[in-house]
Amino acid sequence: MVNENLVKDVVKEPYKYGFVTDIETEKIEKGLNEDIIKLISQKKEEPKFLLDFRLKAFKKWQKMKEPDWAALGYKKIDYQDIIYYSAPKQKEKISSLDEVDPKLLETFDKLGIPLTEQKKLTNVAVDAVFDSVSIATTFREELAEHGVIFCSISEAVKNHADLIEKYLGTVVPASDNYFAALNSAVFSDGSFVYIPKGVTCPMDLSSYFRINSGDSGQFERTLIIAEESSSVSYLEGCTAPMFDTNTLHAAVVELIALDDASIKYSTVQNWYAGDEEGIGGIFNFVTKRGKCLGKRSKISWSQVETGSAITWKYPSCLLLGEESVGEFYSVALTNNLQQADTGTKMIHIGPKTKSTIVSKGISAGNSKNSYRGLVKVGTKATGSRNYSQCDSMLIGDQASANTFPYIKSQQPNSEIEHEASTCRISEDQLFYLQSRGIEFEEAVSMMVSGFCRDVFNQLPMEFAAEADKLLALKLEGSVG
Amino acid sequence: MQSKMKESDPILEVENLSASTDNLPILKGVSLTVYPGEIHAIMGRNGCGKSTLSKIIAGHPSYNITNGDIKFLGENINSLEPEERSQSGIFLGFQYPIEIPGVSNLEFLRVSTNARRKFLNKEELDTFDFEELVKEKLEIVKMDHAFLSRSVNQGFSGGEKKRNEILQMALLEPKIAILDETDSGLDIDALRIVASGIKKISNAQTGIILITHYQRLLDEIKPNYVHVMSDGQIIKTGESDLALELEEKGYEWTDNFIKET
Repeated sequence: MVNENLVKDVVKEPYKYGFVTDIETEKIEKGLNEDIIKLISQKKEEPKFLLDFRLKAFKKWQKMKEPDWAALGYKKIDYQDIIYYSAPKQKEKISSLDEVDPKLLETFDKLGIPLTEQKKLTNVAVDAVFDSVSIATTFREELAEHGVIFCSISEAVKNHADLIEKYLGTVVPASDNYFAALNSAVFSDGSFVYIPKGVTCPMDLSSYFRINSGDSGQFERTLIIAEESSSVSYLEGCTAPMFDTNTLHAAVVELIALDDASIKYSTVQNWYAGDEEGIGGIFNFVTKRGKCLGKRSKISWSQVETGSAITWKYPSCLLLGEESVGEFYSVALTNNLQQADTGTKMIHIGPKTKSTIVSKGISAGNSKNSYRGLVKVGTKATGSRNYSQCDSMLIGDQASANTFPYIKSQQPNSEIEHEASTCRISEDQLFYLQSRGIEFEEAVSMMVSGFCRDVFNQLPMEFAAEADKLLALKLEGSVG
Repeated sequence: MQSKMKESDPILEVENLSASTDNLPILKGVSLTVYPGEIHAIMGRNGCGKSTLSKIIAGHPSYNITNGDIKFLGENINSLEPEERSQSGIFLGFQYPIEIPGVSNLEFLRVSTNARRKFLNKEELDTFDFEELVKEKLEIVKMDHAFLSRSVNQGFSGGEKKRNEILQMALLEPKIAILDETDSGLDIDALRIVASGIKKISNAQTGIILITHYQRLLDEIKPNYVHVMSDGQIIKTGESDLALELEEKGYEWTDNFIKET
């Protein structure tokens, strides 16, 4: 028997990002109706097409039902008890970072994302989103020299309305699912990326999402367009303060890759997960999808999901272009009473399309961790291939892991391979490492990161190290 | 020679040790003292408690000590964690080395070595310095550098796993090494490599306990003492010729022994 108390100790982790920034905010009243949507659109000075987009989505949402097929249990969300717009009060027009409220800059400093000219990260451009609005985006001029557009989606609506109108909702239509419809109706901010033809983005781009307010939801929207023969690597990070209430986060991310373009999208999700009794934490219902529109285009998702009370998330690829490639690399760690139902959909539509799925689920404490994935090969996707590998690791004897792989093939001339495994950190493995002088907790985190190696190898360098640390931290005090 | 050895303090003292797992008694009063420079062999049928004894000395959590003490360099270690025992210089060579998928052998060896070095107040080694050290030690067990980049013991042959154990012993430089059937599953060449490795690593300050079924390891490494275990007790202790006698007469011969004090 592995020592239960030790296991518990390892999984107990102090949440480093649980602080609240004390700042004056502009909030609208709670609740959701057409007037609220009009108000959000008006606050953002949006063109009519976008208001129409929102209202249409809202109408659809009203007719839809919250999905209940995921292996998740949670108290019903009262959508009228949420504030749909909350922004820190700032000067009307901010022309430079110097005018940003120092408290906000300080907040991002504390999160390890310094934004000011002197301190900003040198190898990555950052769009910092605080509650409903984008605070700042670094390296914009430098990127502009390469023709790369990197800004908040609100700004893109103003300055690049043609691109927004052309692409918004084309990958994830408002009617796609309940949470996507909700997001389409009320989305407040998020990031916009446009990589022109033939350009390799000179640095990694990243968005950092911070929820600060306890009673407002966060509904960000991200749109990335990679034109012919361009490429970009995009990173996403998220944290939230510790509240004893649940906060709803329903994001939509759309990626579009044209001929020979490639997009690599990496996420480290560390929303507040709730406490040991399962009180508080973020409800994370996210729709992420990429469209490989062009020939030989490639979209690669990698995610490290460690936070949130509830995670409902299936970053997917629509493989339309001939020989296009979709990838999904995922590590999902749940502890205490966290629940995750996550996976991917690889939809092979074009011929000779290829997809790879590597999913690693780690469940500790009393948590529940499910992989749910769909591989679909359409009639025209001749010569297509998929490889899936889904591994689960259980820590302690109270956690559960599920794998729900769905395979639908309408094309006999295709190959689909699926491998799955479940393992438990064995007492013998722990004893072996300990008998070599390695402390118990280090032994556990060594094995966990060993288990995740295939996925970590896919992450950008800085991210991989951070993910490793984050996992070790999450497991601190939890194994036995 | 023997008496001179005993002028120094013992490395390991196992005193009237009884232990159980799941309330099942496995050890029933084992006593064993190892002085610096000594090599002890423990022999006996499968299930007699040899492996259990070695695991308990290393601190395996599945066993409860119900009576008696284990002293290492004069200190009682009954309640020490396995990692503390390792850091202070107790080494267990596993009969079945464990596979740890995804964890690189090199990193594992480095973390392990540094844990011991830290205890000894020696400087911890970075990856570059460790490379140098490990290269030197690889020679001892004639292992290829390629072993380092693989996952710990994963996909290793039986012989490779055992050599990897001896490599760990070489890096950790323990005060006492308990080698549990390190010779099993080895062909003659591998056995020679392992035996010569053990001899190179041990010296007049270290102690060795060899747990084995076979004389052939003891031909390579001559023990000072041979203990025969049966049903959780040491029933006979002799010098190296006891092993030869045992080889000749088989364990049945020992069935008639009453426990000698």
